[in-house]
Amino acid sequence: MTRDVFLFLSAFLASAVEMVEALTIVLAVGVTRGWRSTLLGVGAALLALAALVGALGPSIANAPIGVLQVVVGGLLLIFGLQWLRKAILRSSGYLPMHDEAAIYARERDEAQAAGPADRGMDWYSFTLAFKGVFLEGLEVAFIVITFGSARSGGVGLAAAAAAAAFVVVGAVGAIVHAPLSRVPENTLKFGVGLLLTTFGTFWSTEGAGASWPGGDAALPVILVFLTIAAFGTVRTLRERRSARGVSAAEGVQA
Amino acid sequence: MRYVVGFLRFWYDFVVGDDWRIALSVVAAIGLTAVVVSWGISAWWLMPVAVVVILLSSLRRAVSAGE
Repeated sequence: MTRDVFLFLSAFLASAVEMVEALTIVLAVGVTRGWRSTLLGVGAALLALAALVGALGPSIANAPIGVLQVVVGGLLLIFGLQWLRKAILRSSGYLPMHDEAAIYARERDEAQAAGPADRGMDWYSFTLAFKGVFLEGLEVAFIVITFGSARSGGVGLAAAAAAAAFVVVGAVGAIVHAPLSRVPENTLKFGVGLLLTTFGTFWSTEGAGASWPGGDAALPVILVFLTIAAFGTVRTLRERRSARGVSAAEGVQA
Repeated sequence: MRYVVGFLRFWYDFVVGDDWRIALSVVAAIGLTAVVVSWGISAWWLMPVAVVVILLSSLRRAVSAGE
């Protein structure tokens, strides 16, 4: 039960963050250049993603569980630590915050500068929408497959979480018709980084042959441990940054 | 050839990301856990400690390079 709740929450939040980023690109292109070609690009990207998941899913499901836990745990750890690293650097001021409104304005300006849309198929809109949805969706597919494959029935649960995120983000985007800049994306990314790293730690340890005291009950304990470590690091880095007077602009290249 | 290189670079950036040492250290930590388990020693504590060390090392490199 604990594992299911964690799995659903992690897949939902990670998918929502990626979908907010894809929505920004789609809205900027659609509003500026028209919706027909943009939505065709979105549809083509979703079909390509479905084909990819359909091709990879069954072959992964046939692998031995021990091997899966090591591989999936390792991948989630690498992925989660990257997210967490970037989130800590942003929260401590060493990297500028992710600004969805600024990205929207930049995408809109580029779409306008690309010249007038063609009367028939506008390939600029199609390509941009396809690329945005496919690349962000690839991360969602990666998370769904990795989360789901380490336990029986997990792919279905992770896919349901991703679908729920798709409905929520899509509905909100359709209603407000603007980039979701009020979504606390940096905070969400911090949380998702912690969840990915927690699952990665749990599964890679089990895959390596060790057993957690308390079984699944270890998951929230790992999460609390990593959260304390991450917030402690943010605090230390903030103090270091203000002591040395480093601005985000001259911070680090991530 | 250009497309193959681009494809491989995309997947490298996607999975390994900004700091390749994170990926290498994670693989080493999993291997070390398996070795300790094979000696019959309880090793559940090893990975959480390794994760924090890997994260702090990566952040230290990033911050030092930017200052």
